[in-house]
Amino acid sequence: MDWAALRISLWLGAGTIAILLPLGVWFGRLLAVRDFRGKLLVEALVTVPLVLPPTVLGFYLLLTFGARSPIGQAFQSLVGHPLPFSFQGLLLASAIANVPFVVQPIQRGFEAIPSDVRDAAACCGLTPWQQFRRIELPLAWPGVLTAAILTFAHTLGEFGVVLMVGGNLPGQTRTLSVAIYDRMQAFDDRSAGIMAATLLAISVATLMTTTALSRRLSPSRG
Amino acid sequence: MLRRACLALFVLRLFGLPDGVTQRPPTIAAAANLNFALTEIANQFERERGTRVEVVFGASGTLTRQIRDGAPFEMFLAADEEFPNQLNAAGLTRDGGAVYAIGRLVLFAPNGSRLKVDERLDGLSRLLNAGGVTRFAIANPEVAPYGRAAEATLRKHGLWDPIRSRLVLGDSIAQAAQFATTGNAVGGLIAYSLVKEPALADKGTYALIPQTDHPPLRQRMVLLKQATPVVAQFYHYMQGPAARAILVKSGYEAPR
Repeated sequence: MDWAALRISLWLGAGTIAILLPLGVWFGRLLAVRDFRGKLLVEALVTVPLVLPPTVLGFYLLLTFGARSPIGQAFQSLVGHPLPFSFQGLLLASAIANVPFVVQPIQRGFEAIPSDVRDAAACCGLTPWQQFRRIELPLAWPGVLTAAILTFAHTLGEFGVVLMVGGNLPGQTRTLSVAIYDRMQAFDDRSAGIMAATLLAISVATLMTTTALSRRLSPSRG
Repeated sequence: MLRRACLALFVLRLFGLPDGVTQRPPTIAAAANLNFALTEIANQFERERGTRVEVVFGASGTLTRQIRDGAPFEMFLAADEEFPNQLNAAGLTRDGGAVYAIGRLVLFAPNGSRLKVDERLDGLSRLLNAGGVTRFAIANPEVAPYGRAAEATLRKHGLWDPIRSRLVLGDSIAQAAQFATTGNAVGGLIAYSLVKEPALADKGTYALIPQTDHPPLRQRMVLLKQATPVVAQFYHYMQGPAARAILVKSGYEAPR
């Protein structure tokens, strides 16, 4: 069992949630309540990582931030190391890959709130912020929770882009899913088996938690 | 929110900060054919000198690409001379480096395979003509020098065109060996150093391919620009008697 890899996987999952959730709540709500020109295109762009092969994302990230690109060189001189092959690089890749997993459930959550609830809240003299905090967010909460858990589970399972952008560096970018591949390549089936079972168990537990929690928190009961 | 904060705290307590904060051993990149031999050498180095180097294995071409894109490796042990020479030309290495070993190729057939192995590939040729070759494993010639050597060998025996549609290409020679030794292919052309490993040796039979069948697998290593003193020590250690002995035991020839 590669504990460092498990640790990196968990950190990557938590970090991706921390980055994406605030953005997702803001943007998902925007998409749910507003209509604007080009919304169709924006929604398509938000969803595109869902259908995009991870290699496409990896390709563009390496092209943009690799040591041979001007942006990559600027980043390197600023931070001291290139963005790819670092935990930060993985975090960026993971954040991009997970945008649809965050935005969509949250958007659905806000969409499910009837517009007269919003109107009533406004009539009661609540400021838009109070309206958001006291009325909308609690109602959209199951969507937010689903977004967080889906993102976490999806990040743990991320493989292609992690291998391409991260490069399998132990203690830095070798996540559990990459470690399984690495152990397979080294003919160490026993370790690969233990880690595969761990990942399977974490994934099932995560999804069971979502279902259980979203049942308990579903607005029809609350 | 509270629940998530608690979870985050719990994870933090349990696992500590991810990276960058603590001192990590230096990382070197090595061609996949070195999988077993270099792990043994690195362990020996650690026992003798008390310092650890971390090794990441992959296809020479893949690793070269990663180094050019800025991967923080301090040393690169390739399966050929071309890839390290490319890095040298790109100004990423300290110098031209040194040849540390000469690799050998074997024709491998897993237990229970219909393929009979011999150094002239007669058995492979016969099985191919009889339509018995469903899958045959080599490493991807684009990124793996051992794959290139396998291609040259098959071409020399006039088998390349007939066998092409049956080839399964490993990302690296280790993956090709994986395909060949697990019975997912009738056999494969893989690195001698991998089948010499006890864990794989009893998985099938093999025949050593004559070195004249393909351009020699002269394996070159280079220190990269960012190499630290520990890795420079390891570079010299690789050329010393202890490392040489392990390499020869693992099926490599010492460079002339």
